[in-house]
Amino acid sequence: MPAELRQQGYSEAQLRLVSEKVPCREAQAAALLALFGEPDHYSFPSIFIYGHRAMGKSHVTLTLLRELQMPHVVVSCVECVSPGLLFEQVLGSLFDSSAVTLSRSPSLSDFVRLYRQLCAEDSAKHTRYIVLDRAEVLRDMSANLLPGFLRLQELDNVTVILLSEIVWDKFRPSTGCFEPLQLHFPDYSKGLQQILAQDSHPSYSAELYTFYINILLGVFYSVCKDLRELRHLAALNFPKFCEPLEKGEAEESDTHKLWRNIEPHLKKAMQTVYLRELPYYSKFLLIAAYLASYNPARTDRRFFVKHHGKIRKTTFLKKHEKTSNHLLGPKPFPLDRLLAIFYSVVDSRVAPTASIFSQISSLVTLQLLTQVGHDDQLDNPKYKCTVSLDFIRAIARTVGFDILRYLYDFL
Amino acid sequence: MSKRKSKDTQWTAGECVSQVRIYINVKYCVFCTYLNPRILIQSVKSAPCYRCALPYILLALFGQAQKILRERYCYQRVPSSPVGIESQRKNLLELLRRTAIHGESNSVLIVGPRGSGKTMLLKSVLKELFEVREVQSNVLLVHLNGLLQTDDKIALKEITRQLQLENVVGDKVFGSFAENLTFLLEALKKGNRSSSRPVIFTLDEFDLFAHHKNQTLLYNLLDISQSAQTPVAVVGLTCRLDVLELLEKRVKSRFSHRQIHLLNPMDFHQYIETTQEHLGLPQDFPDERFAQEWNSSIKMLCEDRSVKDVLRKHFNTSKDFRSLHMLLLMALSRVTPTNPTIKPGDIQEASRLCSMDAKANILHGLSILELCLIIAMKHLSELYDGEPFNFQMVHNEFKKFIQRKSHSIHNFETPVVLKAFEHLQQLELINPMDGPSAKIQKEYQLVKLMLDHSQIMEALQKYPQCPTDVKQWATSAFG
Repeated sequence: MPAELRQQGYSEAQLRLVSEKVPCREAQAAALLALFGEPDHYSFPSIFIYGHRAMGKSHVTLTLLRELQMPHVVVSCVECVSPGLLFEQVLGSLFDSSAVTLSRSPSLSDFVRLYRQLCAEDSAKHTRYIVLDRAEVLRDMSANLLPGFLRLQELDNVTVILLSEIVWDKFRPSTGCFEPLQLHFPDYSKGLQQILAQDSHPSYSAELYTFYINILLGVFYSVCKDLRELRHLAALNFPKFCEPLEKGEAEESDTHKLWRNIEPHLKKAMQTVYLRELPYYSKFLLIAAYLASYNPARTDRRFFVKHHGKIRKTTFLKKHEKTSNHLLGPKPFPLDRLLAIFYSVVDSRVAPTASIFSQISSLVTLQLLTQVGHDDQLDNPKYKCTVSLDFIRAIARTVGFDILRYLYDFL
Repeated sequence: MSKRKSKDTQWTAGECVSQVRIYINVKYCVFCTYLNPRILIQSVKSAPCYRCALPYILLALFGQAQKILRERYCYQRVPSSPVGIESQRKNLLELLRRTAIHGESNSVLIVGPRGSGKTMLLKSVLKELFEVREVQSNVLLVHLNGLLQTDDKIALKEITRQLQLENVVGDKVFGSFAENLTFLLEALKKGNRSSSRPVIFTLDEFDLFAHHKNQTLLYNLLDISQSAQTPVAVVGLTCRLDVLELLEKRVKSRFSHRQIHLLNPMDFHQYIETTQEHLGLPQDFPDERFAQEWNSSIKMLCEDRSVKDVLRKHFNTSKDFRSLHMLLLMALSRVTPTNPTIKPGDIQEASRLCSMDAKANILHGLSILELCLIIAMKHLSELYDGEPFNFQMVHNEFKKFIQRKSHSIHNFETPVVLKAFEHLQQLELINPMDGPSAKIQKEYQLVKLMLDHSQIMEALQKYPQCPTDVKQWATSAFG
């Protein structure tokens, strides 16, 4: 595909403006423009553009259509709860909206009929474009929408452009349809640095910002290649990066010092575990619930009874790693088992007052426990614990309880 | 004055202008809308020789050629004589003629895979039929499409509208579908009530009509075609070979079981000839010389060995014209006006773009962490013979890799790994076993991998700057 934007029918100035607005995506914009052709030429009935998030699919398509002033309409399918909203938006933007009157819940048949009528009154000299963003949602709306839109060119000189993250193989209906032309927007590779560097702060030099971007990419690139997220992280952490410069501790050329300052901060920024403050007994209830969920009932005696004596080896076989309880998920347990474990875990004597039971209910409300089984079962309700091991270890640490000693899987 | 002079003589401004005028007067306004003929003449006046004016003229001619070819590939204009389906065409024409002129009722199904030319066949037959004056004045056409008319009620409204009987029906309420349909057909009877006008119903996507409730529309249409009241022809178009299995017994018995199959029996030699024809410019192109040069370059292109290989690959995948047109359009879009010929390289590049593996492209854009998770899942499915797994198992496998074999991958926190896992789920590279359910926590929901072993290995080869320990982990037999 030609590298720079060149197309008959459009002025040089317009094309140059488009190139400036789509950095690192000139090749894709040129390919798309070559497919569009001149303003009144036919293009392929449907074009499917796919690629990861923030690869510039919508940006490039919309910039092309807007700057080159082609008649178009952009609909985000996520916003369209019903097909009627989709039809209204398309007809309202492409034609004079006063002439558009759709019934209350229009079907595709009504849409096509109205489209044909409006086309006859206002025939297009130039190709019209309908852009459907997040097209994967169309699959779940009525089954005839997607095949219908792919064939819309039978009515008029219109091209439907579908944008999505998901590959076309997942869209194809079982009896087939009119295949669209597929275009891939690959990931940025070298261009990512270039685009991120454009956000530089005015009070610092461009080289400093480029250096900062390189550090940022070094830490986050292996986790996340999404341009939007990286821009957000860059903006978020730049003030911390510039702290030593503002305090006067370092100069712009002291790259090593700046790096040492920011690196641990960035690594910590990747952690998102948060701890909520729970009351003391609630923490123990949660610990007891976790133990009840992840230990099989037959091992309770070994862990929680003071003098349990010797347990036979045969009942204690180490099982296959795959059936480790931590991999399978929490098991439900009855309320009295929870209380039994709770009393053996908590050091001081606690009376079974109502406040303990209300704390169990509040743990359920916080979704740290879930109730399993029927709501009406009042005498012995069953629960299961839905927190992760890291979370419970953090909680256990705050009360000084070594939970790993009590877990069957870590024996 | 002769049209062309030898290269050495200089043309005067007047001669240039008159040359340009010849082009302007041609049927199809050679000059594109943006290029005003007056501006062209002025620039020709300032460049007083034919050679200088040539680029502008070439530009305009190339634009015109593009327009014609694009219309052919995209808009699928019916060619005047479709090839290879002569007997089917004669068959259908005869059938419809019997309905239109002799008043005989008929039903027929045209069956063929997608893109084999069913609609094209029907359109060309109808065009020829309607050239007869008697047919034009008498016969009515109703076009229904299974994609649009998803319900019998909608279908009935559409029939009423197309027969232009909305006023006649008015606000009447009918008890059943059959009543409504008979009323409509009665209303078509001519003044002396002796004969009624023949109606041809075309049902596109016929198999979708079979999914309606009780198949009422099909039953009634075929019932009328069997009873002798109104001459009615029912033509169904479908891509399903097993369409008759979909019909209910009472509907099937009323169908005449006439089927016209369009299974394209083209061989490779005919395929190449068709490609050449579809790439060539038609006889009535404004400039003969340009068209001749273009057509001869196309002939040379189709004799090129690499192009033949590409076409053979496409022919072996699918013979239909839609995929061929997609290939030709992509090749055409690479041609620049300064050098208006299609080169073998263009065809090769277009073929490469058409047959790219989409999933491999998506894998190329994943982050290292996501790639590692996919490798962990591959190992799990190999180890446990394709059984589904959940996030915790994958994370466990990944942690084992980090502890034992890796030096380049950082040990990420669980929420970060979970986010990567969720991204893979969003891309539908992983699918949940029994649909998204709120009851099970997302870490424990069972999922399966939708990628093939070979796809993963290929993606790893092409992945930019893939760390060697990751590659080795992927190729090792057991995690």
